[in-house]
Formats: sequence, structure tokens, C-alpha cells
Amino acid sequence: MKSNVFVAGVGIISAIGNNAAENIASLETAHEGISDITYLNTIHRNKIPVAEVKLSNTSLASLSGLSHKISRTALLSTVAAKEALHDASIKYFSSLRTGFISANTVGGMDKTENFFSQFLYNNQKGRLRDAVHHECGSVTEITADKLRIKNYVSTISTACSSSANAIFCGARMIKHNMLDVVIAGGTDALTRFTLNGFNTLMILDPQYCKPFDENRKGLNLGEGAGYIVLVSEKVAASLKLKPYCKLSGYANANDAYHQTASSPDGTGSFLAMQKALSQSNLQTADIDYINLHGTGTLNNDIAEGAAIKRLFNPKYPKMSSTKSFTGHTLGASGGIEAVFSVLAIKHGLIYPNLRFEKQMKELPFAPETIFLKNQQVNHVLSNSFGFGGNCTSLVFSKL
Amino acid sequence: MDTLIADLKKQIVEQLNLQDIKPEDIGDDQPLFVEGLGLDSIDALELIVLLQQSYKIKLANAEDGPKVFYSVKTMADYIRANQPKIA
Amino acid sequence: MHDFLLNAYKSFDFVYPKFYKMDALSKLGWLAAEIMLNDSFKQKSYKSEEIGVVLSNANASLDTDVRYFETTKGFASPSLFVYTLPNVVNGEICIRHHFKGENAFFIQEKFDAEFIEQYVNNLVNNNILQACICGWVDVLKEAYEAMLFLVEKNNAANSVAFTAENMKSLNQINQK
Repeated sequence: MKSNVFVAGVGIISAIGNNAAENIASLETAHEGISDITYLNTIHRNKIPVAEVKLSNTSLASLSGLSHKISRTALLSTVAAKEALHDASIKYFSSLRTGFISANTVGGMDKTENFFSQFLYNNQKGRLRDAVHHECGSVTEITADKLRIKNYVSTISTACSSSANAIFCGARMIKHNMLDVVIAGGTDALTRFTLNGFNTLMILDPQYCKPFDENRKGLNLGEGAGYIVLVSEKVAASLKLKPYCKLSGYANANDAYHQTASSPDGTGSFLAMQKALSQSNLQTADIDYINLHGTGTLNNDIAEGAAIKRLFNPKYPKMSSTKSFTGHTLGASGGIEAVFSVLAIKHGLIYPNLRFEKQMKELPFAPETIFLKNQQVNHVLSNSFGFGGNCTSLVFSKL
Repeated sequence: MDTLIADLKKQIVEQLNLQDIKPEDIGDDQPLFVEGLGLDSIDALELIVLLQQSYKIKLANAEDGPKVFYSVKTMADYIRANQPKIA
Repeated sequence: MHDFLLNAYKSFDFVYPKFYKMDALSKLGWLAAEIMLNDSFKQKSYKSEEIGVVLSNANASLDTDVRYFETTKGFASPSLFVYTLPNVVNGEICIRHHFKGENAFFIQEKFDAEFIEQYVNNLVNNNILQACICGWVDVLKEAYEAMLFLVEKNNAANSVAFTAENMKSLNQINQK
């Protein structure tokens, strides 16, 4: 399969902005989206910092054109996917073979947990309607309907690598001439379920996270949605505006080590990066920027760092974790970070890794700490590593 | 002295789903992690829950974990030190 | 349901202590894979990155999500939370057999044989994988369903062509 897949549009909503322009502005001004819990109703308020999207469900409903009673996961997804589609500006969209491949981990959990907490104590209580869109697939369909996707809708749920997997799944379908346009990425809303669950795993940082820092203590949870519009060569040629870039490589591997921890030498991460590079026909020296998975946990950063050391030694590209801005958005992270990677190529940007102070003693490199503009950014590697050992790397390349 | 250790062994087997193992087969001083019972990081978290649930003791620092949970004996010592009412 | 899984594990004389910690979905997927692969799979003829796992179901990890949620009434259980993601069953199979190839987990209303055929064929024909465990593993309360296929690039004795038709008819045989 020699045909190319192009990125024609991007859409994003996160703790640092409600659209692409706002997100870039925050990245440039070192404005992180992490703070005390504001919207989620939880006992952990004032105790655990998170990166919430700074809009209530009512506001998200207006932006998305959906009811405020719909799950926040679906609201976020629709806002970002609509922006991406609008950004791609594809004429005759309705006459093309279109697909929507979306990822999430919580589905409609934000609504279900409200229903459930009443129902558990008294099975006559609780609004059953709240549980109707609980399933991951149901959330995807809400957005697909809104976008009027005709030919193919699918949901991937592989933890933190979910939306990166959705993206390359979409690319494959285009390369195989099954679809012409795929909006691919993911979404996740913050829920008590996730917050409590990650709290029991003791991998949350009680302060603002410090990815790839020697003194890092854990991650901050975030929420949001990110989608890119993938198109075939034929559709790309018909667009008024040049596409942002190509998706030139992708790969997935299993770490085969532990359900939630990465192997200390980062085998899965290494395999995913190596295969993605090989598919894009690039050498390690060609990579100008790595958008790290960089959650800030002791385990991920050392495993990912070890894998990068093994693959890139002795010359390391610039790298950073934008989770220092957006928190770890779980099912949305691959999609959100794909948007950042694409914009880095389009505008020649390198993003900083906030709150970095001390280089990890095991690693011979450190992340970037200053936002850079007007850089030569031709090839970007974006990493997304999930529970269950599911490791994915994407490579985006300038046209 | 013995009741606490015997109870702990039963609780550990139950909390960690070690269905292949009989509580009396766990040595008092046998290392719980790495060799010995071969428990992992998630098991350590469940032991923290066990301390809270059954003994009302909250492990303040996760870093103390390896010391406290080294063996059933070290767990018992820790419980006794932090909850003097246990005989 | 859990009794069934435990009894199945014991009746095959499997020895894998970590089995007991798994949730129902992982136990079911693990068992199905173990039984299938024990038969005649020549794993040594492959590199670990050449073998992958592509699974699907309708209920994701809902069965465990509910069980985990109930523990939050008292003390939330970290070992249950670990299983509140459907792809951890892929992880368990890979940990057991040291498979490091591509993995995917799809949420679909029902088993889509055509989709799996296309997806896995693409992986094997393009040499992304040389072998793939694929199929459907679903659990919700007392209802369970596991249907796995071992797909290999090269013919082996007893093998049939990997097609949607064959997958569906094998599924029918089970339904009788």
C-alpha cells in the first residue's frame, strides 16, 4: 500500500482551550489547565488537582447543539469533531465515503454514576434514562449522528492508547480504499469512577504533575476530546487549502509485562516507536520532535525514557509532554496529542514541558522547557501507551 | 501474638485472591514480594486497603510500603505499633 | 459464572496463580486462549512481535465496572479497577504467552465476522503479524460468550481458510 493519508482538519477541546487556536495560545503562554476540581461533584474537591474543560455541560450543550442531559463525554466529542470537520472544509462531504472512528474509556459513566449512586441504595430511585447511553459505543454514535457520517462508525477502547489506535485504524481504511474521509480520535470526561480508581492505584500527583522530572510524583487526570480528519490522496487534491501534513507511520505493540505497569526497559514502547519509524521510512535523526506520553508517573516516564534512549542514542530530538498542560486525558490523549503534533508541523512549533526542574538520573536527555516558534519541524513522533500493555506510536510528516 | 499473625495470613489470602495457597503455608518471615509469594504492585495496594479496612490504619507514605509489607511479621509489628489495642 | 470459570480452570489442570486475580472477562478470554493454543500452536516458530491479539465485544468491561463501583461504597478496590478496561484481557493473554505484536479491541453491537476477517487479513497479508488470536469475548453478569480463532499465515494440518463464512459457520456449530 503505497498511497498516502493526509490530515485535512483538526478539532480539540481541553483544559487549556475550547478550540485549536485557544489551545495553541495557552501552550505559547505556558498557561496550564490544571487546577482544583470545579465541575465534578466529588469528595476529592480541594484535594486532588485535575485538568477540567472550563465549561459546564450547559455551555457544552450549546456549543455542540445537543441536550445538556447528554453525557459530557459525548458533548466534548461532538464539539471537537465538529470543529475538525469544519476545519477540513471538504466540499461534497456528503457524496464521499465517510467514517467516524472514536475512542473513549468512560462512555456515559458521568451520567451512569449519578444514577447508580442512588440506585445502589434504593432500587426505586435514580433516573434510568441517565444510564441509557452508558456504553462506549453509544457515545460514539451520538457524535456520528450529529456529523451525519454515512458509511462507517466504530469505537475503540484500549485505555490510554485508544484514540491513537482509532487514528491509524482510520488511515488503514483509507489506504485500502474503503473510505475517503475518516474523522478519527477520541474523548473522555472526568468522572468520579476514574478519579477514585486512579486514586486507589496511588499514581496521582497531589500537586501539579512534573513529567520526566527526577522528582515526579504521578499524573493529574484531565478530560477533553481531539480529532483529526484523515483523507485520501484524491480528496486531498480536491481541497481548497493544502492539508496540514501526512500521517506517514504508525504501529502498535504489546508490552506483555503487567496489566497496568510498563516493563522497566520499555519494550512495548520501543517496539511501537521502532515500527512506526520503519513504516514511515525515516531514521531516528529525521525526527524533530517527540510528543511524549509523559504522564508523570514514576513508572511510565522511566519506561518511555529507557525506550527512547535505546532507540535514539546518541542523538535525541527535542521532546516534551503536553500532559503538563492538559493532564492525562485517557481515551482522548492520543487524539489531543495528534492535534498538537499536526499543529507543530504546520506552524513550526515546539511545546514546553512545564514544571520540569531536574533531569532524571537514568536518562541522558531532558525535555524542552521553552515554547519555540519558527522551527524546522518536519517529522513528529507521538506516543500513547495504555494499560493492558497497549503501546502505540504515530509519525506525522510535513508535505 | 499468634492470633494477629494467623488472622493476617487468612486476610491476605482472601484479599489478594491467593486461592492456591493455604494461610498456614505462609511463613511468618517469608518475603511477600519478589521471591516468596511473588506479589506485585497491585497486591501492595490491596494490602494498603486491608490495613485500612480491617485495622483502621492509613499508610501515610506509599514509600513505607516495602518495609511495612516485607513479611507477615513486619505487617503485624506495624499494626501493633500503630494500633496498641491489639493484643 | 465464576464457579464455571474456576471449574474450567481446574478441570484442565492449568497452573497460573495470577488467574485467580483476574476479572470474569479476563478469565474467560485467558481460558479460551489457553485451551485453543495448547492444542497444536507452534509458538516457537514465531518471534514474539509477530503474534498479535484482536478482540471485540459489546459490553466492554461493564461487568467489572459495576463490581468495582460497588466497592466504592466502602473501600475502592485497586485490583478490580485494573480490570475496568476491556483491553486488559488482551494484556493478560499477551503476558501469559509473551505476545508483543499489534493488539486491538473493538466495541461492536455483535460479532462482525466480515470486519474481523478484513482487519486481521490486512495484518497478516502485510506481514505486520504472522499469527493472530482474534474473535469475541463478552461477559455480563451470568451471560458469557467466547469465540476465538487462531489465524496463521501458513497452512497447518486441521486448518480451514480464514474467512467470514467459516467463522460464522463455526459459530453456528456452537449455537446448536
